[in-house]
Order: sequence, then structure tokens, then C-alpha cells
Amino acid sequence: MTASPSPVADRPSRLQALLDLFRHNPLMMLSAMILLLLVLAAVFAPYLGTVDPRKIGVLRRMSPPSAQAWFGGDQLGRDLWTRAVYGARVSLMVGSVVAVMSISIGLLIGMISGYLRAFDAIIMRIMDGLMSIPGILLAIGLVSVSGASFATVTVAIMIPEIPRVVRLVRSIVLTVREEPYVEAAIAVGTPVPLILWRHILPNCIPPLIVQATYVAASAMLTEALLSFLGAGTPPEIPSWGNMMAEGRIVFPIAPWIVLIPGCTLAVAILAVNILGDGLRDRLDPKIAKRM
Amino acid sequence: MPHINTHPVLDISHLSVALPSSGDRRHAVIDLSLTIKPGEIVCVVGESGSGKSVTAQAIMGLLPKGQLIAERGTITLQGEDVLQATPDRLRELRGTRMAMIFQEPMTALNPVLTVGDQIAEMLAIHTDLSESEQRNRVLEMMKAVHLPDTERMIDCYPHQLSGGQRQRIMIAQALILDPALLIADEPTTALDVTTQAQILKLIKEMQERRGTGVLFITHDFGVVADIADRVVVMQHGNLVESGTRDEILLAPKMPYTQMLIASVPSLVPPHREPVNGPVALQTINLSKTYQGTGGFLDKGRIVKAADQVNLSLRRGETLGVVGESGSGKSTVARCIARLIDPSEGHILLDGLDIANLPEKSLRPHRRHVQVIFQDPFRSLNPRRTVGQSIIEGPMNFGLSEHDALNRARDLMELVGLSPDALSRFPHQFSGGQRQRISIARALAMQPHVLIADEAVSALDVSVQAQVLALLDDVRKRFDLALLFITHDLRVAAQICDRIMVMQKGKVVEEGATRALFANPQHAYTKALFEAAPGHDFTKR
Repeated sequence: MTASPSPVADRPSRLQALLDLFRHNPLMMLSAMILLLLVLAAVFAPYLGTVDPRKIGVLRRMSPPSAQAWFGGDQLGRDLWTRAVYGARVSLMVGSVVAVMSISIGLLIGMISGYLRAFDAIIMRIMDGLMSIPGILLAIGLVSVSGASFATVTVAIMIPEIPRVVRLVRSIVLTVREEPYVEAAIAVGTPVPLILWRHILPNCIPPLIVQATYVAASAMLTEALLSFLGAGTPPEIPSWGNMMAEGRIVFPIAPWIVLIPGCTLAVAILAVNILGDGLRDRLDPKIAKRM
Repeated sequence: MPHINTHPVLDISHLSVALPSSGDRRHAVIDLSLTIKPGEIVCVVGESGSGKSVTAQAIMGLLPKGQLIAERGTITLQGEDVLQATPDRLRELRGTRMAMIFQEPMTALNPVLTVGDQIAEMLAIHTDLSESEQRNRVLEMMKAVHLPDTERMIDCYPHQLSGGQRQRIMIAQALILDPALLIADEPTTALDVTTQAQILKLIKEMQERRGTGVLFITHDFGVVADIADRVVVMQHGNLVESGTRDEILLAPKMPYTQMLIASVPSLVPPHREPVNGPVALQTINLSKTYQGTGGFLDKGRIVKAADQVNLSLRRGETLGVVGESGSGKSTVARCIARLIDPSEGHILLDGLDIANLPEKSLRPHRRHVQVIFQDPFRSLNPRRTVGQSIIEGPMNFGLSEHDALNRARDLMELVGLSPDALSRFPHQFSGGQRQRISIARALAMQPHVLIADEAVSALDVSVQAQVLALLDDVRKRFDLALLFITHDLRVAAQICDRIMVMQKGKVVEEGATRALFANPQHAYTKALFEAAPGHDFTKR
């Protein structure tokens, strides 16, 4: 008997699926476009009608937004448009670097812990320990030890995020490793690294993409908070957080100095979160069905 | 209160249930008519996708909203059309006039409520009995379904009971308000064969005593033979044939029914020549012990999943390992395939002890033992094409992709699939086709020993017959030693040269299939045969 497979169309390509997703969810489309604009602004910051972000112009001092200075000037006379655009660089950099790094490290540790099980108990207790460290406190501590720099801030924000990723990955690996197709791969002699790569990793990717958006949003927020407290990005680099910190003294006279970076930060984080929610609804079939 | 009138309890007339437009066919059920009289058991038999469960849902008013719609026809329950009933009225009818029991007694019961509360809930909703009266009624009902120690069990949670006890609780819950109609949707499919026999007996007893009409949905003709008064055969939503039990089982008229009944493996084993090939696999005192993770000082419970198992298997021979769940048959299989590490004993594969080899030195020997798993929907990686899955093993052992693909193409033809299918994904295949793919993947390794771990249990009976024939064919063709793990005595009777019966990790009896079936020695083996559904019928 020759049975032919059922005439089901092949899966649509990933790009097609993504486009479909955006078409059905306009809010997600909007968020994606805002994020894209922010990324473009950050990348092409020097060419967007900006000046040196540190340059002090006396005339611009606390000037309200105008045709010359689109977002006005701060209390030292620096151009706020320039600083807001350059601030996007810091924020997006921290967000993406922390997301990529914590996901990669967490994925590796999670797979080892979940699949090999050899150091499972030890790794997970270390992760429990890391989770109990408040991120802000760690950052302030690190900055006071090694000085404020981009790297310090990134590491400080990253460390408390890793255990969350490890737990997520480990829980997925623990269920997938029991799947018969993984056992079949063991039975045909597939080496462990290949099993992890071929059969386990693809199951971790969708939830990790979602997790990455949340990590990015929370990293951007934490960075702004740290900079606001003076424990984050060094003052010579403009970031939305230290812009707000510097402007808060003159808030009654020149509220736009605080409001402009505040709004950009809020919009950026909202966009990342909406994108993450949309992806979660799409990638997690259990939730997707309920929608 | 037995009904004296002979008006049907349930009268389904020209029922059609539409599927959503995205479905592979227009209707789940097409123009179905059937009646159930009081005190009658009507079995609805069909393979998966025949529309039998949808029929049950339609009667209960449980069709998923917006997905399945009863387009035409009437369902008359004691003179009332349930398709026209309001949601409130339906809620009243459920429990008082009609009740349902499900396949999976664990998921059908709420794990955080005591079983007593769950039975009493029916009384609380539909009657105005006081709490102590409710409790007495529940205790009475639990005694009626032969649950032991009811005073204690009434306050137990579902997880504290066995599968059979849970199903008894479900039956107690369904029958406590004396409904006129009981719908049983594969109520014994998830149970062991000895438990199944008890539950079937119970349903029959309850139905006789109370005069309930029963709509019994099943795929198992053995169960039909044991319990049915009348039988309705369905296929693709159509009623194929209906009649009394003996009419359908002994003289089926329609070709589909004839094919289904012919596909049911007989409990009478055919004659098989003893096999004298070289011994491919031998286990000596193979044991697997699990130690529960106890508390700080408490060492935890020790479970002997497999206890001193000795078996030997020749090339070209099929050894059946038969037992109920928890008997350790799968543990033995997984130890031999070294998917789990045995605690004690030896596994001799072509004379070499692989029981304690570390993974590195074991890998060259892995190819000689291959496994086919039970669940065809989980044994292939859904993200990889069929071809990728099949060539994975041979390429691990140094075959080039080109050669491996050529081998895969040959094997696809051998298992009855088109070689073009290699580029497709598993979700495009039916369960039986996937099981063929799994067989091709195992054969691609050119093994000496093939382990089929309940490999046909999840398949419909007609597909099961084809896959069994395929397994037997490849065993002959490649001179394989086939270790066939099953709970189904009928399947074992047809394919095995020798049979080993396991209970609680121990081998209780072993022998040539024919001799064992003709004259079982151990009490447990006898009980298994006694419980096999439809065993009286086959012997007639």
C-alpha cells in the first residue's frame, strides 16, 4: 500500500508569518515602527540636525522649543534635541546588549542545567542567590567600586536578569528532553551537543524571544533609573536618565527639560512591551487560542 | 426506578453537525439517526474522526461554541428537543436526565476538591437535600459502585485513588441523580485491562438495576462484544451500519464493518515455527530501582520498576512483553535501549555486555538497538522534515548525506510511503503514516534488535493491522530480533513467537505464544486472559 501524505500546504515562510502578524495587530505594527524610528535615530544621530551634545550655547540656556532648537535647551545651554537623540543610543544599546547577553548566557547555563543535570542543583542554588540581589543595589555597588561606565551599568543590569532566563530555559529543557523524538535521537547515537542544538534549542527560541523583549524593556528602565540616581551612565554621555536628573532642579521654570526625555523613555519602553506582548500571543499557542 | 414504557430515552433524528469551513470535510456528523430505549446499551463504534464523540457532545449540548454547529435534525431526550433547549434548561437536564463519563478520570475530576464533594455537588445543585442527607446519599452511591471503605474514601482527593477507583467516582457522580441517559465516551480506554473488565461490569450492573439507557462510545470491538445490546458503526460522520450485537459482530453487511471486524486481532494465536537463529539479545538479572527523593533523614520509597528480569531473544524472533501499566515492561525496554541506566544485571548484545558501558564506548553499539515509540505525534521532531529525521542516525555513523538519503528513499518505499514525502514535515502525516516513518528511521540504522514499545497502541484498528503486518514483514526481511512491548493480548497473540508476562517488575510467566494462550499457568496470566475484552465472544 502506498499512502501519500495529506495535501496540506507547506508552512508559510517566517517573513510571511511576521507580516501577517503585523497586519492583524496594528498596535504592534505601530510599536515596531516607533522602535525602528528610534533605532534609525540612534544610528544616524550625527546627521539628524544635531550638534555636539556637550556643546554649551549660552543663548540656548533654558530656551523653550523653537525652530532653531527643536526641543529647546537645558539649563547649561546644551541642545535638547541632540541630547535626546544621543540618549536613544544609550538606552537602546543597554536594552539590546543586556537582552542579548543575558539570554545567551542564560540559555547556555539553562541547557546545561536542564539537560546534563550534573550541576543542576548547584547551578540552580547559585541562580537563586543571584535572584535575591536587588539589581539597583548591585549597580550602585559596582559603580562605586569600578566607576561609572557603560560596561559596568550593562553588567550590573544583566546579572539579576540571567537567573530568570536560566529558570525559563531549564523548565523548557526538562519537558522537551522527555519527548520521544529526543529519545529517538539518543537511540540513533546523536551526540549530546547536536541533540541540544537540533532538538532542544528550537523549542527554547520562541519563549526566549518574548523574554528578550521584557528583559530589554526592564534594562532600559533600570538604566534610566540608575542614571537618574547618578550611578549609571557617566554625566558626559547624554542619557535619558541623567537628562532628567539634571533638569529636575529647574523643572518649575523649564519643565520640557525633564518631560522630553521622560516621554521618549516612556514611548520606547511601551513600544518594546507591546511588541513583546504581541509576540507572546503569537508564539505561545496556549494564550493565542484564548485570544 | 426502572422504566416500564418503551418510549425511547433518546431519539436522534437526521442530525447533521457542521464543521468550520477550514476543516478537511464539511460535516462532523451527517444525517445520523439512532434511538436508545430504556435499559439498553447502544455502542457507537468508529475509528478516530468518525464523529462519535461529536455526537455525544451534541446530545449533552457541549458542542464547542462557534466551531461546531448542529445544522439539521433533532435530538429528543424523553420527548424534549435538547437542540432547542436554552442554556439554563440544558444545565438542568445535565445530571438529572442525562449524564456523561469521560475517558480520562484524572482530568475529568477536580484535583483540589475531595471526591465526596464532587459527587455531592450534583445534589447541591439539583436537589434541596441538607448537607448530612447529601453525605448519606453520596456514601450510598459510592457503596453502589463498589468502592471500598467509603467512609474514608469520601474525603479523599482524586490523586489518592487509583484510575479504576476514579472512574467509579465518575460513574457515581453521573448516576447519583438517576439520569435516564448515560453517555460513556471511551470510559475504559485509559484503564488497564483488568480494571476495564471491572468497570464494564459495573456499568452493565448499574444500567440493569436502574434501567438507564446507555450510549457507549468506543473503538474497541472487544468492549462491544462484552457490553452492547445494539451497535452503531460510524465512519467519517456517516452511519455505516446498525443492528444488534450479534448481527454486527457475526454477520456484518457493509464492507467497512467487515473490514473493521476482520482487522481486530484474534485471541487465538496462529501456529508459529520455533526460531533457531543466534541469540541477539540477552538480559541477566536486569533490575532497575528508583529511589524516591525522601526528606532530610528519610531515605524515600524504593520502587523496583524491573526486578531480576531474564530474557533472551534470537535473530528473527518476536518476543512479546505483556503486562499492565506499572508492570515494568517499558522500563525493561528502555534499559535495553540504554535510554535509562539499569541498576543491576547484564545486557548482552550479540554477546557484549552493554549494561554499564559509559556513553562514549556505548555509542557504536547504539545503532544495533532501535526503538519505535508509542505516540506517533511525539516521536518525530515537528520542526524537522521526515528526511532529516531519518538520515540523522546514519549520518551520525559516518554515512554521507547523499548515501543516507538514498537509503531513506528505499526505506520509505519499503514502509509503504512515497519517497517524495521525505521533504515534508511530520504534521502532514496521519498517525499510522508517522509510525511507518518511525519504523523507517529505526531501519535506517540497520539494527539487529528492534524494540516496539506499544508501537501500535495509539492507532486505529484498521491502521494497527497494517502496521503490525509491516513490523512482521521487516522482521522477516532483515532477520531482526523484535522485542514487542504491549498491553494488548490480541496484538501479542498475532505477532509474537514467545510471550513474557510481567507484573510489578517481575516476570511471572514465559512461554511459546500458543502454549501460553492455551494453558496459562500463573494466576495473574489467567486473570489477564479472563479480563481481555470480548474473550468469550472470540472463542465462540
